[in-house]
Amino acid sequence: MNDSVTPLRPLLEVKGLRMHFPVTEGILVRRAVGEVKAVDGVDFTVRRGETLGLVGESGCGKTTTGRCILRLERPTDGKIIYDGKDIANLDRKELIALRRRIQVIFQDPYSSLNPRMKVGSIIAEPMKVHGVEPDAGRRSTRVHELLSVCGLDPKFADRYPHEMSGGQRQRVGIARALALNPEFIVCDEPVSALDVSIQAQVINLLEDLRERFGLTYLFIAHDLSVVRHLCHRVAVMYLGRIVELADADTLFDHPQHPYTRALLAAVPVPDPDIEQGRDFRPVQGEVPSPINPPSGCVFHPRCPIAVESCSHTRPEARETNPGHHVACSQVHQTFFVGERDSRFPTVPPQAITH
Amino acid sequence: MPPLLQITELHTEFRTGAGVVRAVDGVSFSVEAGETIAIVGESGSGKSVTAMSILRLIPEPPGRITAGQIVFAGRDLMRLDDAAMRQVRGGEIGMVFQEPMTSLNPVLTIGRQITEALEQHRGSDHATACRRAEELLGLVGIADPARRLKQYPHQLSGGMRQRVMIAIALSCDPKLIIADEPTTALDVTIQAQILELMRQLTRRFTVALIVITHNLGVVARYANRVNVMYAGRIVESGLAHAIYHDPRHPYTMALLHSVPRLDRPRQMRLDPVSGQPPDLTRLGAGCAFQPRCRFAVPGCAIAVPPLAPTGTAGHLAACFRSQELANQKVALGTGVVA
Repeated sequence: MNDSVTPLRPLLEVKGLRMHFPVTEGILVRRAVGEVKAVDGVDFTVRRGETLGLVGESGCGKTTTGRCILRLERPTDGKIIYDGKDIANLDRKELIALRRRIQVIFQDPYSSLNPRMKVGSIIAEPMKVHGVEPDAGRRSTRVHELLSVCGLDPKFADRYPHEMSGGQRQRVGIARALALNPEFIVCDEPVSALDVSIQAQVINLLEDLRERFGLTYLFIAHDLSVVRHLCHRVAVMYLGRIVELADADTLFDHPQHPYTRALLAAVPVPDPDIEQGRDFRPVQGEVPSPINPPSGCVFHPRCPIAVESCSHTRPEARETNPGHHVACSQVHQTFFVGERDSRFPTVPPQAITH
Repeated sequence: MPPLLQITELHTEFRTGAGVVRAVDGVSFSVEAGETIAIVGESGSGKSVTAMSILRLIPEPPGRITAGQIVFAGRDLMRLDDAAMRQVRGGEIGMVFQEPMTSLNPVLTIGRQITEALEQHRGSDHATACRRAEELLGLVGIADPARRLKQYPHQLSGGMRQRVMIAIALSCDPKLIIADEPTTALDVTIQAQILELMRQLTRRFTVALIVITHNLGVVARYANRVNVMYAGRIVESGLAHAIYHDPRHPYTMALLHSVPRLDRPRQMRLDPVSGQPPDLTRLGAGCAFQPRCRFAVPGCAIAVPPLAPTGTAGHLAACFRSQELANQKVALGTGVVA
C-alpha cells in the first residue's frame, strides 16, 4: 500500500508551528505568569492520499497540532499551508469554506454526538450549516447513503445516540465527517474508546473509506499498534516537538530516536513467549512539564544515551536516511546500526561506542 | 493444599430498567498463593463485577450476588459479617483500581490515606504507621517520600498516584491483590513502569495477583494463567502460552486476530469480530457468542456449552467444537474444518 502514494505536491505542509497557551494568575486582573508550550516548532507534510500518524503520550501536543490544522486554535506562530494556501491566519469567513474540505473525527463517541438530536439530524447538520443539499428530501437520501457507507442500517437515522453501542456511535461520527465530501480528515484517537473487537471493525472502515473517497488522514493516536497498521508515515511527538518521522515500517523496525525506542519497548505485545522472556527495563522518569521544559533536547533528562551537550543544545531534525528524520544529535553513531532486533532491549549508556 | 482463593459458581445480577442483567453467570476459578492470573474481556463481559463480587462491593440494590462460594484462605467470604469483611478488604486482600484520580480521596494527604489502612487493619499507632508509610512509598519508587506524604493527590502525576495505590494495597501485607485495569488510564511508558513495579513487588512478597484487563499485551507480559470472559461467563481458561498459541474458543481466537500487532509488518486487513457486543438483558438460550461466531453450528443456539477440558492439562474451553479448533485446524475465515 505504501507504494501507491505518489509524491505530488503535499496537501498539507506545516512549518514551524507553535501553539503557546498563557498561564494566568489573578481574579480581577489576569496577568500571564508563564506559558504552556503545547506545540513548540513542528514541521511536517502530509501527501495527498496518505495517512500520517501523529503519536505520543498525553501532553505531547498531538491533539493541539490537530486542532491548529482544523483552525480550532489560532496558532501562535508558524505556517499551515493547505493545498498551497497558508490557513494559519484566515478569518472567520474564509474558514467556513475551508471547513468543507477539512473535517474531524473525535475520540469519544459518547460526548461528541448531541444526545438530544436524532442520528439523522446529526449527520445532516453539516449540510445545513454549509447550505449543501438544501432540499430536505435529497438531504435525507444523502443521510441514508452515508449511514450505509459507514456500515449502519439507514433505519438508524431515527434513533438517538444513547440507543446505540460505542462502535455504532463512532460510525455516526464518521458519517458526519463525510457529509460534506471532505478531502482531508483529522482523526483524533478515533478508536481508543472502543473495545478490541469493535476497534478492528472501525479501523477497517477507515481504510475502506480512504480508498473509496481518496481521503487523506492525519491520524492522531497513542496506540502504536493501531498506528503501525493504519499509517503510511509516522511522526513521534514528545513535549511539543517531533522527535522522529519516517515511513511506518522503518520507524517501527528501525527506530532511531531514543524516545521512540523507549516508547516501542514499553508496549506489551500479545504473546507471552515474547513478553515473559524479555529483559525489561522501562525508561525512567515522567514527562516534564511543558510550562518549563528542559533546556536543550527535551528528552535528555530521561535519555539513556544523553551526553553533556544534549542539556544545552536543541537538536534539529536531520535526515539520517531518505525520508527518515530524527531530532537527536547522537544517533549517527554505531549504537543503533546492525542491531538485529532493534526493537527492544534498552542498551545501557556505557555500551555506546563513540 | 487448597488454593488461596476458590470461586465456585458465582452468580451476580443487576436489576435494571431493561430487565435483569446476569453480569456474572456461573463463574468458577481459583488462584494459588503467589501466582498471577488474568481475567480478560471487553466492556460488559463481567470481569470487573467478578472482582467486586469477591470483595463484596456490589451495590445492593440494584446488584446482588445470588449464588456462589468465595473461599479465601479457608474462609467463605459470603458468610462473613460486614465488620469481618471490612478487615479482609484492604487487609488480606489489597485493591488497585483503574482511576488513580478517583480512587484516592482528594481532601486527605497521601500520608493519611496510607496510615488510615495501617491503623484500621493493624492497630498501629500513628508514629509507627507514619514510619511504615514512608517505607512503603520508598518501596514503590517514589523519591523523597517524607515530602510526598504531606501532599494531596492532585499534586501527584497519574503514574505516581497509581504508585500510591500500590503502596496502600501492599500496606497490610496482603495475600492477594486485585488490580482492576491498573494501567489503562496511564501513558505507555508509565504503564510499563507500573507493570514492572507490580511484578517485582508481588514476586518479592509472594502476593497473589488477579489482573483484570482488556489489554492482551498486558496479560501476556504478566500472567501465568488466563481466564477469558464473555457475556458473564468464562469461555476459556488455561496457561498463558496455551491461550495465545492454541486458543480453543472462537472468541479468544477472534480477539487475538483482531488486534493489530506492533511487532509484525502490517497485514492488508484486520479480521474483526463481526457484529455488536451482546445485550445482556436479551441473551438467548445458547452460547452467547454464537450470533457472532463463524464456527457456530445449529446446536450452539440451543444449549450453553460447558467449560470443559480441551485435552491439554489445565486448559478449559466452553465451546462444542473446541477439539476441532486444536492448533487451528479449522481454516480461518471459512469456519470449515480442514
